[in-house]
Amino acid sequence: MKAIIHVSLKKAILDPQGKAIANALKSMGFDEVEEARQGKVIELQLNGKGDEARLRDMCDRLLANPVIEDYRIELVA
Amino acid sequence: MKSVVVVFPGSNREKDMADAIERTSGMRPTLLWHKDTEIGKPDLIVLPGGFSYGDYLRCGAIAAHSPVMKEVIRLAKGGTPLLAVCNGFQMLVETRLVPGALLRNTSLKFICKSVQLRLDGTSSTFTSKMKKGDVITVPVAHGEGNYVVDADTLKALNDNDQVAFRYLENINGATDNIAGVYNETKTILGMMPHPEDATDETLGNASASPFFEGIASVLR
Repeated sequence: MKAIIHVSLKKAILDPQGKAIANALKSMGFDEVEEARQGKVIELQLNGKGDEARLRDMCDRLLANPVIEDYRIELVA
Repeated sequence: MKSVVVVFPGSNREKDMADAIERTSGMRPTLLWHKDTEIGKPDLIVLPGGFSYGDYLRCGAIAAHSPVMKEVIRLAKGGTPLLAVCNGFQMLVETRLVPGALLRNTSLKFICKSVQLRLDGTSSTFTSKMKKGDVITVPVAHGEGNYVVDADTLKALNDNDQVAFRYLENINGATDNIAGVYNETKTILGMMPHPEDATDETLGNASASPFFEGIASVLR
């Protein structure tokens, strides 16, 4: 089983990297881009079927910083 | 004063810190590798600057879970003074011993220069030789020094006099110009600027000597 952890900055947090990305896309002519937010993806190869509570614990304690980040856990076979 | 400076893989300011403490207190700190979990009973613990674990994941996040940190956190919660500078501050917020987080500078640039800091939060172990409103000139060297807290936490920090230092000019986007914060009991101080690099007249700046002399006079 594989767990894919999507980590993103909370909505209220300014994302200067996202802003720079959006500006670059706009300057390339992609006028439809209104905003960009940058996050990260962490893939965990797990032995066994992946315990949600343990995965949340991993996210809360290390993979994401709940002060500034949200996360979403996706389990794929 | 018995002090310990913890060294992580990627730390690079531990020697400057040890020199500054020795210069101002007369006592050489012990440098402790992060895998040593025997700290003893120091009067002061320091988390120095650098790029622990290459700033992977988030700055300071991996170091915050190093073997030594359980004991650092236990001692700090028990009242042992803890000073955390730059990357050490980034570790400190990851341990949640002080509130907030440190994000990428709003300019997206690594900022390396001397800045002016105003001391706002006094009456701590760290400020006995300084007065409220004192301005010192101290180098910063960071890419992720943009201190972020939500409005409620900011109010609590201000009400409780937990903001130690503020930048006179906001260099990195930090909320309310915050450069350094205390925990509630003011025994723990985290700050982005490097006071250890402003303690030697021969290097042209001893602006932060009173800061270290104050620590040494309280903890001697």
